[in-house]
Amino acid sequence: MLGQIGLGSAADLFQSIPEDLRLRGRLNTPAALSEIELLATFESMARQNTAARRSSFLGAGAYSHYIPTVVDHILSRSEFFTAYTPYQPEISQGTLQVIFEFQTLVCQMTGMEVANASMYDGSTALAEAVLMAERVTRRSKIISSSAVHPEYLEVVQTYVQHAGIHLQQSLYCTDTGTTLTESLAALDDQTAAVIVQSPNFFGCLEDVASLSDAAHRVGALLIVAITEPISLGLLKSPGACGADIVVAEGQSFGVPLSFGGPYVGLFATREKYARQMPGRLVGEAYDKQGRRGFVLTLATREQHIRREKATSNICTNEGLIALAATVYLETMGRRGLQEVATQCAQKAAYAAKRIGGLEGFSLPFSAPRFNEFVVRAPINARHLLSMLAKDRGITGGLALSRYFKDRPNDFLVCVTETNTRKEIDAFVEALRSITAS
Amino acid sequence: MKSEITKITTHISHNEALIFERSQTGRVGYRLPPLDVPEKPINEIIPVEFQREDDLEGVPEVSEVDVIRHFIRMSTWNYSIDLGMYPLGSCTMKYNSRLNERVARIAGFANLHPLAVEEESQGAFQVIYELQESLAEITGLPGISLQPAAGAHGEMTGIMIIRAFIDARDGKEASARRRTMLIPDSAHGTNPASAHLSGFTVKTIRSTPEGLTDLDHLRELCAHGEVAGLMLTNPNTLGLFERNIRAICGIVHEAGGLVYMDGANMNALVGVARPGDMGVDVIHLNLHKTFSTPHGGGGPGCGPCCCTKELEPFLPVPRIVRTRSISDGVNAAGENATEFKLDFDRPESIGRVKAFHGNYGMMLRALAYILTHGYDGLREATEAAVLNARYITHGLVADYEKPFDAPPMHEVVFTDKRQSRKGVHTLDIAKRLIDYGFHPPTIYFPLIVQGAMLIEPTESVGHQELDQFIEAMRSIAREVVEDPELILNAPHTTRIGRLDEAAAARRPVLRWKPKETDTEPLAVASG
Repeated sequence: MLGQIGLGSAADLFQSIPEDLRLRGRLNTPAALSEIELLATFESMARQNTAARRSSFLGAGAYSHYIPTVVDHILSRSEFFTAYTPYQPEISQGTLQVIFEFQTLVCQMTGMEVANASMYDGSTALAEAVLMAERVTRRSKIISSSAVHPEYLEVVQTYVQHAGIHLQQSLYCTDTGTTLTESLAALDDQTAAVIVQSPNFFGCLEDVASLSDAAHRVGALLIVAITEPISLGLLKSPGACGADIVVAEGQSFGVPLSFGGPYVGLFATREKYARQMPGRLVGEAYDKQGRRGFVLTLATREQHIRREKATSNICTNEGLIALAATVYLETMGRRGLQEVATQCAQKAAYAAKRIGGLEGFSLPFSAPRFNEFVVRAPINARHLLSMLAKDRGITGGLALSRYFKDRPNDFLVCVTETNTRKEIDAFVEALRSITAS
Repeated sequence: MKSEITKITTHISHNEALIFERSQTGRVGYRLPPLDVPEKPINEIIPVEFQREDDLEGVPEVSEVDVIRHFIRMSTWNYSIDLGMYPLGSCTMKYNSRLNERVARIAGFANLHPLAVEEESQGAFQVIYELQESLAEITGLPGISLQPAAGAHGEMTGIMIIRAFIDARDGKEASARRRTMLIPDSAHGTNPASAHLSGFTVKTIRSTPEGLTDLDHLRELCAHGEVAGLMLTNPNTLGLFERNIRAICGIVHEAGGLVYMDGANMNALVGVARPGDMGVDVIHLNLHKTFSTPHGGGGPGCGPCCCTKELEPFLPVPRIVRTRSISDGVNAAGENATEFKLDFDRPESIGRVKAFHGNYGMMLRALAYILTHGYDGLREATEAAVLNARYITHGLVADYEKPFDAPPMHEVVFTDKRQSRKGVHTLDIAKRLIDYGFHPPTIYFPLIVQGAMLIEPTESVGHQELDQFIEAMRSIAREVVEDPELILNAPHTTRIGRLDEAAAARRPVLRWKPKETDTEPLAVASG
């Protein structure tokens, strides 16, 4: 081929790169591995991830749920995972119809009117929601509950640091574990939005409807964040509680933990704000013969047309993970989503009751909860969890001191439909015997 | 169908309704074990006022086989890399190895929680660390964060790092006067959008008639003193290497600014030249382009940010660092051989850009790509990618207008200048190419080239399919002369014709609704 285009050697291909910029010698990266060697290398590294192999009660924004086998089979179809953004609708109808169904399912679950084709994850979706609230209201103050996932708030802070937006945190009640409506004193006519997470970081259900009323009284928007969307199978939707923007982490919908990603951000809002949304949108369209199809639409909001005036810089989103969520939601269906949610709530209630009854243990927060709850141990939680892991092979949850230095003995426990009663009982027994000695 | 079309033929294509239109009350596609704990009345767990009232009405009820047929039928409506050449310029649609998919699904990674304690996630951190090391070598830039989830996210991160660096260097007051980001007129739209997010005002640099950055215009813009930086794609979006890159970096540095490189086109450079050696300060990579992680119908991506030692303190937190080292490299990975830690103590950091550690599954695949290729394979892939683009250039130059003389790198831009005299435009040519069994190139980008067709074959196409592609394009050029109507009405072989996108945007229908309200378009406020 080189000869056919009149070149002598591969080096001639790079003549437009000045000689002194061309790499002399080879890259100092490893030599090529065969398939057998490569798998052995990765298997060896995977074996060192001892936490992946045992019964776990760790949640806090990433959850172990049952994933129907069909999800990964459909994800592995070449036609889905080796395609790109559907720029040519005539040969991308598969992807486009999936996204249209995804948008519909997100609307149904959240109780909202429009949803986009996905964001990177829950945390960046929240940051984009804040930027959108500023665009809609032309106001610059954001008040967030401090019971929102701490990493989400860190991401929001990074995104808004040069946008002239001020993020303030309001306190949560140390008795109930929920956001104090009185602490919203800073809420005024300069406030663009109030952020609340429900179930919140401590697993407690927030009174979203009251917070919504408080925000709306001063003309601010209410942004609801959800890290555990399985809860939507049972809980009143944020839309029904008056939310203006709903963002969620979609990982619970059929996506493996995978050390934190790729996950998928869900983003939904009211019809009247559709043109202020970030990200891609798929809409219905017809050809000359009246056949229904789907296209990327309302693109004039986006970076490739509006450049610096775009509603967001996002381009590549999380298409394949949105597909996983779509397959999950459709496979579980109406009744499966209700049953999963119910099992999570029942098992968590059972575990909470048993752990709360142990000598020296208590449940510091009184608010109703879904599948996560905070436990106060008689000893340092980090130490306790470390012993649980080493001696009993159980991951007991998250030591809250990772994010809340004033809570050394508290840890966050998550129970899902994948935790059997036997596992829960063993966990309770281990907590008892470790602290008894 | 015309006889010139040899690559494809017609085949059955099933119609498939929306899942909501297929739903039948009472069907289920899942099975859970029975609840094994004592059941409490649900109202005692969740007070009634917190419970859903709509019984999830509208959510589909289907069986497992319904789900499988639904998605498999829809999948057959997609074009994909596995079906054939997918020459979308600037998107690097290369083959996605199945081995990398297998690696990402190893249970020890797939079932690992991101908040698991560090001592019990050492293998996962080692993957991140090894990938950082390889990317540092490939780019010549030693400071790396793998946290950004996509290219645009990496851009935002890089630009925020530039801003934080200048704030620290000049002090807030002086830094506040440096709020201009220079961006060439050929750049991706994400560049100005990312600059805007970081509080910069964008000034556009002209390209020369040769398709390169206009140095005089750059000097003129830099003379004003408020320049914080330049965002440059290299090779640029015209597929041309910015041969004055050293001088460009010099001018910007001289003016007190920093150089950000958009790494979307790194597939032209891996193993051949390194941005760090060119004077670039910070770059993002697209693991879903250059390092073969699947595009997934629009993501997930992964957009690592790589920077100089000087900028390293500003990278997002946490960083993944190695605290002690006994062995060396991936091959020697043994029990307790190394210890990796999260480092949060970076007071100058721009902060966190994403929860947890980024799109980890993509990092596994990218490291697998680097390790299966080895140093020779990485360079050979680059050579093949550039050779393929040059071969296409050679094959099409007689029939299509090539606006720039310089030999392209891994992608080449042609225009519809000759065909438009017959009333046939780039969009029509793209649609007709579908009839020949190819995904069209990127069209109408870069914006500075009228009727642009940006063709990037990648290394994953053989001689034979390149010839088929060239022949298809030449055949279309003949059809433009002989039968322009044929092209204006293309595609003829797809299950659906060109869709009325203007009507779709005027009256957007963005979700399915039950029949009664089905016909109501959204009341979307304009503007």
